[in-house]
Amino acid sequence: MTGHRLPSGGRIDRARPLSFRFAGRRYQGFAGDTLASALIANDALLVGRSFKYHRPRGIYAAGAEEPNALVQLGAGAYSEPNARATQVELYDGLTADAVNAWPSLEWDLGALTGLVSGLFVAGFYYKTFMWPRAFWNRVYEPAIRRMAGLGKAPREADPDLYDKVHVHADVLVAGSGPAGLAAALAAARAGADVLIADEQAELGGSLLAARGTLDAWLRATLDELRGMPNVRLLPRTTVFGYYDHNYLCLLERRTDHLGPAAPAGLSRQRLWHVRARQVVLATGAHERPLVFAGNDRPGVMLAGAVSTYINRYAAVPGKRAVVFANNDGAYRTALDLAEAGAQVLAVVDPRESSPGDLPAQVRARGIEILNGQAVAAATGGKRLEAVSIGPLGGGAARGVACDLLAVSGGWSPVVHLFSQSQGKLRWDEAKSCFVPGTAAQAQRSVGAANGTFALGAALAEGLNAGAEAAKDVGFGGWRAPEPPIVDDPKEAPPHPLWQVPGAEGRGKSFVDFQNDVTASDLRLAAREGFESVEHLKRYTTTGMATDQGKTSNVNALAILSDATGRAIPATGTTTFRAPYTPVTYGAMAGRDRGDRLDPIRVTPIHSWHVARGAAFEDVGQWKRPWYYPQGGEDMHAAVRREAKAVRTSLGVLDASTLGKIDVRGPDAAEFLDRVYTNGFRKLGVGRCRYGLMCRDDGMVFDDGVTTRLADDHFFMTTTTGGAARVLEWLEEWLQTEWPHMKVYLTSVTEQWATVSFAGPRAGDVLRELAPAVAVDEESFPFLSMREGVVAGLLARIFRISFTGEPSYEVNVPSHHGLALWEAVMAAGEKHGITPYGTEAMHVLRAEKGFIIVGQETDGTVTPLDLGMDWIVSKQKDFLGKRSFARPDTSRADRKQLVGLLPADPAEVLPEGAQLVWDAAESPVRMVGHVTSSYWSPNLGRGFALALVKGGRDHHGKTILAPLAGKTVAARIVAPNFLDEGGKPLHG
Amino acid sequence: MLLIPCPWCGERDETEFRYGGQAHVARPLDPNATGDAAWAEYLFMRDNPKGWFRERWNHAAGCRRWFNMVRHTITHEIASVYKPGDPKPELPE
Repeated sequence: MTGHRLPSGGRIDRARPLSFRFAGRRYQGFAGDTLASALIANDALLVGRSFKYHRPRGIYAAGAEEPNALVQLGAGAYSEPNARATQVELYDGLTADAVNAWPSLEWDLGALTGLVSGLFVAGFYYKTFMWPRAFWNRVYEPAIRRMAGLGKAPREADPDLYDKVHVHADVLVAGSGPAGLAAALAAARAGADVLIADEQAELGGSLLAARGTLDAWLRATLDELRGMPNVRLLPRTTVFGYYDHNYLCLLERRTDHLGPAAPAGLSRQRLWHVRARQVVLATGAHERPLVFAGNDRPGVMLAGAVSTYINRYAAVPGKRAVVFANNDGAYRTALDLAEAGAQVLAVVDPRESSPGDLPAQVRARGIEILNGQAVAAATGGKRLEAVSIGPLGGGAARGVACDLLAVSGGWSPVVHLFSQSQGKLRWDEAKSCFVPGTAAQAQRSVGAANGTFALGAALAEGLNAGAEAAKDVGFGGWRAPEPPIVDDPKEAPPHPLWQVPGAEGRGKSFVDFQNDVTASDLRLAAREGFESVEHLKRYTTTGMATDQGKTSNVNALAILSDATGRAIPATGTTTFRAPYTPVTYGAMAGRDRGDRLDPIRVTPIHSWHVARGAAFEDVGQWKRPWYYPQGGEDMHAAVRREAKAVRTSLGVLDASTLGKIDVRGPDAAEFLDRVYTNGFRKLGVGRCRYGLMCRDDGMVFDDGVTTRLADDHFFMTTTTGGAARVLEWLEEWLQTEWPHMKVYLTSVTEQWATVSFAGPRAGDVLRELAPAVAVDEESFPFLSMREGVVAGLLARIFRISFTGEPSYEVNVPSHHGLALWEAVMAAGEKHGITPYGTEAMHVLRAEKGFIIVGQETDGTVTPLDLGMDWIVSKQKDFLGKRSFARPDTSRADRKQLVGLLPADPAEVLPEGAQLVWDAAESPVRMVGHVTSSYWSPNLGRGFALALVKGGRDHHGKTILAPLAGKTVAARIVAPNFLDEGGKPLHG
Repeated sequence: MLLIPCPWCGERDETEFRYGGQAHVARPLDPNATGDAAWAEYLFMRDNPKGWFRERWNHAAGCRRWFNMVRHTITHEIASVYKPGDPKPELPE
């Protein structure tokens, strides 16, 4: 052995050396290494500081369960916090840093907290930092934030590309160890469409870390699967979530292993959404730590991980080793260590005897086996120096100097996905672990994930499950292939040892390494009454770190069960939740970010608005011109100019976004009568009517103008944001309550472009553009529609107004929208035509007291609250009518729509401001709120609309809006500001 | 995510559907002859069983049709779907 890297063997490529930096130092590894294995080969075990006590921590595991070796990977925008070094594939030029070390990994100030660790007992969040109260913001929180927290999220936007795919599979196999591969093989041979995913770069799972056992079978199986058109193999892909009806989510890491050498334009990660008809869970098992004093010293490592580093990566984590295990399997690690040239000083086994095959082989190599004994303490600083071994029942202990302690407290099947799928777990007393019990979905657990730890049995189980799964999706008639012959050693049962007796007095015995939770924390919590496992978890934070307790949950549960005198199954388990390992937000978002987050809808006239420098407002998915700034105008100046132009001369608005629904059929008029508060049956052909829609609880739902095109044909408009909602609502009534009605609804929002021009000169423009249309009051009255030719385009012309000014809304087929707009602009030029946006439109309509659904209303406002009784039919029935007579809806003190004029005309109240009668009252009674508020260039003052309790009875009174730093008084008036001074209404 | 068998389109992902709450809540035929309590019952009160439930769904991003479904609110097992106006099925055991 040269250094800690073996001269031969393993699955690394010695022809491809890679250099990398960790915590500021330069190292070398090989292709095929993980960051962890390369560090071990460099004897750099110390990788981080612990969360609470800042104790030095070393690499502890070799896979997803790693609690300690979290690193900050890369730099700048590409930086990734809390990457598990055990799962980071090495690439040339990789840089990584330790997390949670300050100022440095070697010399960490936070380690001083170890000296005052009494402050950090179970529930310390709720105990230590409570007093004095003022200290929280200024002292405790800043200090905790510096010391705690793990990695740092990058501040820059994520520069990487991500994507998603949605696929179906007959059989999804999670995990490509022996059992998973066997299942995939059997299902694929039967003809099923198989997807097999594994989180590692290389498929093979535990076979990759075993010495030679099934190399030939693994190669042959992978070759066969790769050659089958009905099989997809997904390495570097974690099945992280198992949802209802066999819907699973997978994260594929496509370029992470290439680092900066990743080709541009290739997505970094891909999220797979899989709907599987059958699922086979072959997710393996995690080894459990043993709980004794100082069990977190760098150099204490899971036995299986030690074997993995030796056999797969040819990296030997220590030269003088002790093995401490309560099961036969860990004896393999003693053999692997000896084979790799390390000195194995002893195998410490709390069981009274070790009669199995593996212990016999260990004994035959001359390695001492200490039965009935345990390691009570490990000592050392940044590296393990010695362990103290003594009889389990008490008695003289002896110290053994060593630099590696391989531990194994038995194995826990990875039941995370099974549990996420709502399957019920069962405690297996003989195996001392939770195994899948009753399945809730079409799934099978196989191999170690099912508690079937012996290789031969796992293979047989996998083959059988694959064939059964295929049969269940219609590929029967095949027999499962014969499993390869495996000579499994005869094993004695493990003996549970949840915490080494007598260790407690000798130092901290960690259960959850990542959150620094000790056995005494758990016992204290139990004494304080936190006996439910869910309470214990939250109080002590055990299992709540980024590893979600993969190594700690069962130990914590067993210690709680001991402390409360209950059996383990009676103590329960906590809930396993997705994701199994962390998933980047980038992958979840995929391409749906920035402009692709939500569809962007633009009108046919959009390019014109953009060219004129319009500021845009999002209304639902629509981009609407908000205002058109000229010169150096700010929004207020632009809106004043636009709103003034409409009242004095001529303005033009792109109203194409209005929802438009074509309503047709013999029952159309009757149908509209039922959904609008006012009547439509008697509406003449060519006439328009404004209508309000209510839900059946009487609350205003939408409004708009509907025009009768023919006896059986109407053209309905809705609010811009409400179009889809209204169509759904109408369809629902037609399908579910009134299926006998003959009415057909078609959304035509995007079929028509709408140009609305308003102001005293509006009629002049129409006369010029539509010479064949009679525009006089008598032949084209207010609230009517004419079909005709406008600017050479076939059009529907509506004489309706949302501003109070004479106004025409001209609809043409969408593709003519821009041509119409430009014609209107040209014809209006001599009148100083002014394009106006939604903000000026809001000012103009508010001056008239016209409501906007969703602004004056919020789902709790009736037409009567709005003072719109004039539009509520007394004769006919309609949706919502019955509710107006409900006691709550007919109260006199409901909030009612009023106008507000601030006492200081210069004041513009903020929208949403609360209104009170008496600001000095305590507690102050809120009697209303401002719904719309603007500066009116036409009134020369600020004004607002508001909802005020019993407001209509209080016209003329003064109400107060308490704001930050001042209280604004305003006079309550009728909600129509143009009529107040006697100025006549325009139509 | 549920896999919902639309009676017109077949199995589709839940994201294509809109939930419509409890099925068979009939609107009173003559609302104005309905007392306040009965009207409030129709407007606001819905069952919330732990177990089998007849509920309404709309295939909003598909055929846009409404239908009824019998679903178990704990296991999400779907026992049956049926069209509006079809006889009300018995709930499974």
